[in-house]
Amino acid sequence: MIALLIRDLRLAMRAGGGFGLALAFFLIVIVLVPIGVGPDTQLLGRIAPGVLWVGALLASLLSLDRIFALDWEDGSLDLLATSPLPLEGIAAVKALAHWLTTGLPLVLAAPVLGVLLNLAPQGYLWLALSLLIGTPALSQLGTFGAALTVGLKRGGLLLSLLVLPLFVPTLIFGTEVVRRGAEGLSVSTPIALLAGITLGAIALLPFATAAVLRVNLR
Amino acid sequence: METPEPLKLTVDNLACARGGLLVLSGVSFTLEAGEALVLRGANGSGKTTLLRTVAGLQPAEAGQIAAPEDAIAYAAHLDGIKPTLSVAENLAFWASVYGRSDHRAALDAFALGALARRPARNLSAGQKRRLGLARLLVTGRPIWLLDEPTVSLDADAVGMFARAVRAHLNEGGAALIATHVDLGLESAGTLDLGTFRATRPGQQGAFDEAVE
Repeated sequence: MIALLIRDLRLAMRAGGGFGLALAFFLIVIVLVPIGVGPDTQLLGRIAPGVLWVGALLASLLSLDRIFALDWEDGSLDLLATSPLPLEGIAAVKALAHWLTTGLPLVLAAPVLGVLLNLAPQGYLWLALSLLIGTPALSQLGTFGAALTVGLKRGGLLLSLLVLPLFVPTLIFGTEVVRRGAEGLSVSTPIALLAGITLGAIALLPFATAAVLRVNLR
Repeated sequence: METPEPLKLTVDNLACARGGLLVLSGVSFTLEAGEALVLRGANGSGKTTLLRTVAGLQPAEAGQIAAPEDAIAYAAHLDGIKPTLSVAENLAFWASVYGRSDHRAALDAFALGALARRPARNLSAGQKRRLGLARLLVTGRPIWLLDEPTVSLDADAVGMFARAVRAHLNEGGAALIATHVDLGLESAGTLDLGTFRATRPGQQGAFDEAVE
């Protein structure tokens, strides 16, 4: 399993691996929003939590279809499925690798980009924390969606349509954490719900993903 | 999947389907340590379907497959090679998936030593195939399921492959090989899948080509 994680990370870092794609997309969105909205700092500060979260969500959506599609195309997925690794473990490792190459860089970049949107100073901690807690759920849900669409040519669109509704609860509570944090209110309720979604996704979705893969590999 | 000790693959009255269509029925054979069985049959006769079913990638429509646990290594049409990793990295990955660390012997068996550090994307089709076959050696699994292993191999490489299979059989392994090429394996039995072709009313002669 660790070998699979290392291989996936290595593949992501090598040429054409897609590492940095999500980060670049996030950067572009967050840089363009203030230009589009105009120099109203108060308005920017108000929409900052939502824009940052939506940007992060769309950025992590970008590389989802690669999670299984590449392994499917070159036959690795069949071989992995017949290897001693349990499919549930493969699903969990794939999601972890996606998070490490997509979610984690977003978490680290978001506070820096918050400056561009005039996010209130007390919101930065909560922005980073909410993304740290919330993005693993996005990777897990996305891996599930990628398993559903594996084997479909140009399955990316279908994948986006399938997983976007599943991303909504994470988006709502993630944004709420940042908004309340920025306004100096208590964040414990939305952060608990956000963490609940993520923990539930980590606990259950590898099994769903593995079940779906088994059907799709037939 | 219960029998733990003696190496024996038993397929009993197996039926398999491809794309919802029954392709094979009543397939029975046994494969024991040191034996090889060559699957023959026209395109679309269900060689790949049978191998995928035995490998556990798809469920059997009827019948039983009995094999010791963790004994089967499957090699498909595609080799599962990552183009951006080097030859050695590709092999080392599969070795560690199977909980083994040494991939040197596998490199040498398929004359890949000189290519070890080259990125797999620069390999020719035949070299990729050799890398795919070398993967079998690092699995350490006794029963090999091989789907058209000699595709795009030159005469030398086919010889290399036949030697590897022979060595594997001598060490007490077994192999089920779908191929159109004569590998020169003296002890190998042959199973013609044409005789197990599933026919259903109204579908005679009309079943799809089960490619891949």
